[in-house]
Amino acid sequence: MRKIIIADDEHKILMSLEYSFKKNGYDVYIARDGTEVLDFLKTMVPDVILLDIMMSNLDGYSTLDLIRQDEKLNDTKVIFLSAKNNPKDIEKGLEMGADAYITKPYSIKKLMQQIEEMFG
Amino acid sequence: MNSFALFSVVLFYLALLFLVAHLAEKKRSKLWINNPYIYALSLAVYCTAWTYYGSIGVAATSGLNYLPIYIGPIMIIPAWIYINTRIVRISRVNKISSLADFISLRYGNSRSLSAIITVVCLLAIVPYIGLQIKAISETFHLVTETPMSKDILTDNATFVVVLIALFSSYYGTRYVDASEKRLGIISAIALESFLKLFFIIILGFFVIYYVFDGFSDIYEKASRFKDFKEKNTFNGIEGALNWMVLCMISATAICILPRQFHTAIIENRQEKHIKTAIWFFPLYLLIFTVFIFPIAWGGRLIFEGQKVNPEFYSILIPQHFDNTLITVLVFLGGLSSCISMIIISAITLSIMLSNNLIIPYGLLGKLKSENEEQNTRSITNIRKFSIFALIIMAFAFYKYFILKTSLDSVGLISFVVIAQLAPAFFGAIFWRRGSYKGAVAGLAAGLAICYFGLIIPQYYFSYNQEFKGVLRVLYDAFGFFTIPYLGRIPQIFFWSLLVNTGLFTIISVSIKGNYRERNFAELYVDIDKYIQNHENAFIWRGTAYVSDIKNILERFLGKNKTEQALRIFNLKYNIDSQTETADSRFIKFSENLLAGRIGTASAKILIEGVTKEDKISLKEVLNILEESKENISLNKKLTEQSEELQKLSDDLRTANESLIVKDRQKDDFLDSVAHELRTPITAIRSAGEILADDDEIPFEIKQEFLNNIVTESDRLSEIINDILYLDKLQHGEISLHIKENNIIETYKKALNPILHLIQQKNIHLSEVNLLNQFIFDYDEARMIQLFQNIWGNALKFTDDQGTIQTKIFEKDNQLFISIFNTGKHIPEEDLEMIFDKFYQSKNQNILKPTGSGLGLAISKKIVQAHKGNIKAENSGLGVTFTINIPKKNIKEIKNEVEHA
Repeated sequence: MRKIIIADDEHKILMSLEYSFKKNGYDVYIARDGTEVLDFLKTMVPDVILLDIMMSNLDGYSTLDLIRQDEKLNDTKVIFLSAKNNPKDIEKGLEMGADAYITKPYSIKKLMQQIEEMFG
Repeated sequence: MNSFALFSVVLFYLALLFLVAHLAEKKRSKLWINNPYIYALSLAVYCTAWTYYGSIGVAATSGLNYLPIYIGPIMIIPAWIYINTRIVRISRVNKISSLADFISLRYGNSRSLSAIITVVCLLAIVPYIGLQIKAISETFHLVTETPMSKDILTDNATFVVVLIALFSSYYGTRYVDASEKRLGIISAIALESFLKLFFIIILGFFVIYYVFDGFSDIYEKASRFKDFKEKNTFNGIEGALNWMVLCMISATAICILPRQFHTAIIENRQEKHIKTAIWFFPLYLLIFTVFIFPIAWGGRLIFEGQKVNPEFYSILIPQHFDNTLITVLVFLGGLSSCISMIIISAITLSIMLSNNLIIPYGLLGKLKSENEEQNTRSITNIRKFSIFALIIMAFAFYKYFILKTSLDSVGLISFVVIAQLAPAFFGAIFWRRGSYKGAVAGLAAGLAICYFGLIIPQYYFSYNQEFKGVLRVLYDAFGFFTIPYLGRIPQIFFWSLLVNTGLFTIISVSIKGNYRERNFAELYVDIDKYIQNHENAFIWRGTAYVSDIKNILERFLGKNKTEQALRIFNLKYNIDSQTETADSRFIKFSENLLAGRIGTASAKILIEGVTKEDKISLKEVLNILEESKENISLNKKLTEQSEELQKLSDDLRTANESLIVKDRQKDDFLDSVAHELRTPITAIRSAGEILADDDEIPFEIKQEFLNNIVTESDRLSEIINDILYLDKLQHGEISLHIKENNIIETYKKALNPILHLIQQKNIHLSEVNLLNQFIFDYDEARMIQLFQNIWGNALKFTDDQGTIQTKIFEKDNQLFISIFNTGKHIPEEDLEMIFDKFYQSKNQNILKPTGSGLGLAISKKIVQAHKGNIKAENSGLGVTFTINIPKKNIKEIKNEVEHA
């Protein structure tokens, strides 16, 4: 069973994602911001992390930065899910080592497909 | 009081003066240096023993004649703002250090004129200093109730005078540059001025309320004197005329007396101090005057029929009532008046004596060959010697000539003699044509009239009534000029000034002046034009080498100071330091550097010694001046234009920068708004997608997704509404419906819909109403929105179990609403900008924004539409938003929204 952490501070967005990923057989962990993601990472190695960028306390960029410094998370896929759709924001996210950058609003179906493809 | 005790008091008092002078020199704090009141108080050196004691004598014996000494200055002082500002400027740019320098420089920088002026000043002031010594001596003996001693060595006044001479020569010659400010001396003088006024006030109250039963009691009793009415009225035209002339004499004196010139001009640190002096000094004189009348008439009531000198009523009255304390205080006040006059007069006369007589006529050759150290020593020694010599001369004068005369008459004679400088003095600042020859001729004639008409009868005849011969004949000749209505002093003042001014005017207009005096005439009369670059206005043509002049300068200033001065000069005029030949600007600059040390005339002579000046005609000078004036005004115009252009370009740059910032803020805002819109759309889309694709959703979850769609749609439309609403507010498309409302009711209406949110977060809500009444004029719907916006904002930032407090109160006819919430402080730099609709805090681009920033922008527009203000402050544990709107006048702006 694949483990996924979903980080977003919008409750209603989290709800849809949680429902869909659970339905598709994922083990889902919900985080409100970057610090909660890091808390999960102390005890587990997920397969996928979905990260919003603009979050209170610790933003997505900084969270990714810390993830990429941790060798045991080398195989973990990190996907940005953000409403920021400026080309320079997207570029920055990918440069920092995100495996994909998906802008809001997105299609859950397509998102799922993209993740499946990542694991080949 | 015995002599020894009083002498000890005097010693203690002088020690205090030394201490004040010492502290002022040592500390040089801003309190001393830039204090307009110290300057204004130092001007009160005008009130000498003559004013302090003499006026009381005049009031008691001749009535209203005591007033002109105060009225004259009070009348002319408002004109100081114009006259003295100009003189201060002229003196500053020409490094003028005395009255003689000021007048003689204007008339071609003439050595002879400066010497004549020095002599006039000596003639007028030495007896006047003698008068102060006389007052010290007489009051000393009066207080100690000892007889006057004829032996100089046993006369206590001798020792007091020697101490004053030591004080003056020590603090008065500390700077070799005479145009330097003497902080120590001036601070001590200011203190003395304060004390003498303070002591006369104490005496005044003592006489009015202790000796008598109030002012009206004195008036009522004194009015029973047969001569009371006569002494307190003008006695027709005759009396009024004399009175008016006396006013003119004192009005002239306040401008020209060397000690006044020194305190008002040389010691002026900032022109704006004159503004304080023009109200403060007349006030000082008025307070002084108020007490003269009761003391004089009170004295007469007490001592009528007794043989006492009315001039000393001020000491006799407290003595009569055995009040030693007040007697000594009054004595010290009189001593202050005398000491300050002696000190300042001795210093100014010593500068004139050294710079205008001794150095130019005797020691210039010696100074030219010595080095800087020796020269500095010689110059200060000459001044020290001069101060001592002057005080000794005055002492001798007191002992031999004025022992029996009244303080009042000596003072007035000094004023009339010094007034002879008036035509040349005022001509210098107002009249271009005034010439050296006219000034000298007028001065000589005026002086001769004073000499034969006043000085001889006053001093010679009082010394030797049997004086005969030519002097007697010349004196008797004045009988011819007698004006029946005027007293002797007003008469001589009238004739001497008439002849003096007449000769000055006639000779000046009929004889072509020398080119240099015309040059300085332009510089003086048009000082405002030349103030910035006065060296440019100095006309000189010839050959001179910088190295020769530098040589001279080094002898007086020393190597380092000379080098430093030259560097400043080269920098100011953009001159290459390797330049070998000196131009006119350098000549003027060098003369100025020397002028403070040896006077303007000697400076000119020294510089002339190493330069070869070409002849230059008056016509040429006038042409050059005209040209230079044009250049200066052209330069000024160009400078103004360039400054204007610079300002315009600065404005443009600022406007451009602000546009760039605004543009960036707009992009950020749009970004943020787009983000805000995408978030609910994402939630709606996701829920919709799941509902559409998944048939097996449990009923409760389906219900929740549907609810999400509804609430997020509401959120979407709310954001859109806010944006549109703000836009309308800004463009004035929304009308206010202002009417009388109850603010407490509005508060409750606003609170109800969001109460549950507050309770949800466990936030403590409190309210304070400090209102007398509850009815105010405002648009209620907007006010509700305003409350909710600020509370909404507070809700976002307040931690669980925090506090939100709303305080409603009225102050200064305004309704105030302050909303405080606990929680994070707003960064100081953001406090003002949080109300800007395009504004997003620096970190908001990454961290989750707490709203789109529209709530506060809308709040601000609503408050502005009510003609009020809103501000945010970090206070204690949280943040306070304060709103104030006018209570009533907003009716005028009903149905009108301010255009942003």
